[in-house]
Amino acid sequence: MGHAAMTGQALEVRIWRGGEAGAFQSFSLPTRPAQTVLDVVTEIQRGPEPDLAYRFACRVGMCGSCAMTVNGEPRWTCRTRVAAVAKKGMLTLEPLRNLPVVKDLVVDMTTFFEKWQKAKGVFEPGDAPPADFAIVKPDSAERQAADRGIECIGCGICYSACDVVAWDRDYLGPAALNRAWTLVNDVRDRGQAERLAAVVADGGCQSCHTHLSCTKFCPKSLAPTYAIAGLKRAAMRAAVKGTK
Amino acid sequence: MNAALFLAQRVTAVILAFAVTIHLTTILYAARQGLTAQHILQRTHGNWAFLTLYSVFVVAAAIHGPIGLRNILREWLGWWGSRVDSLLIAFALLLIVLGLRAAYGVFVS
Repeated sequence: MGHAAMTGQALEVRIWRGGEAGAFQSFSLPTRPAQTVLDVVTEIQRGPEPDLAYRFACRVGMCGSCAMTVNGEPRWTCRTRVAAVAKKGMLTLEPLRNLPVVKDLVVDMTTFFEKWQKAKGVFEPGDAPPADFAIVKPDSAERQAADRGIECIGCGICYSACDVVAWDRDYLGPAALNRAWTLVNDVRDRGQAERLAAVVADGGCQSCHTHLSCTKFCPKSLAPTYAIAGLKRAAMRAAVKGTK
Repeated sequence: MNAALFLAQRVTAVILAFAVTIHLTTILYAARQGLTAQHILQRTHGNWAFLTLYSVFVVAAAIHGPIGLRNILREWLGWWGSRVDSLLIAFALLLIVLGLRAAYGVFVS
């Protein structure tokens, strides 16, 4: 449905209120041209419900803080137009799945980021700093593999979309493993053995069932599934060589 | 799951793909030819190719199955740890003993 066709119609919005236990609250709003889902939440918060809790910062798809479940699917709400996702003039907004709800549309991201640490998703420079700049050719296979996953904004959408995270609370999740894969391909990194050990432990890359939900919903069009497949290959090679 | 288990499961899956195909083809052949148990035992008696194939089949299945079961128990029931692993190793050994015993029994009878 085009924006013009939507304008002026009433938009029915159901928003989750409360914590893990709570209920939906309904609102009726006018539709506006080029309106985003984040605009809708902001309009409600600045109007009838000043205590509605939600997160946002940049409003332009850079910070990754405004992710929510919109009509059952995880999305970045600042870059999601109402016209593209409303079903028969209805919007249902919930917090992200697989993370504890703090209040309303806000989830506690602690576990999500702790898993980045657990997956050794941090650059390890080694004990002695290199004497000179590393030369990384832009067309090298490693650089290109890292490039494909480097634009992650840490929004948690892939983590929310992942069935394996829902089943196995220890699973590191697509974002942490995607970050680990970019570092596996960083020729400057000196923590490769520890990282590989971290990502092949129980709950690591081999737990992925290749459902591709992370890749389908990633708002940056990254493909964590393929990053995880890369980790599986790297782990297999290391296992065959006996280095892990 | 560590890399060794992951690798073991993939390698045994490749072996099982061939073994199961041969197994099912043999069953279909035996059923369509109307072979009796006696006819089948005549063919398997002292047949080293049969014993080798089914020994490999049994060992591959005994490795492959418990690793998959380990993942299912972890993901669906949240059961994991050294006790579960010990039980699964015991299950794998049971499969090997029962399977090899059956293959050997058909080989010598």
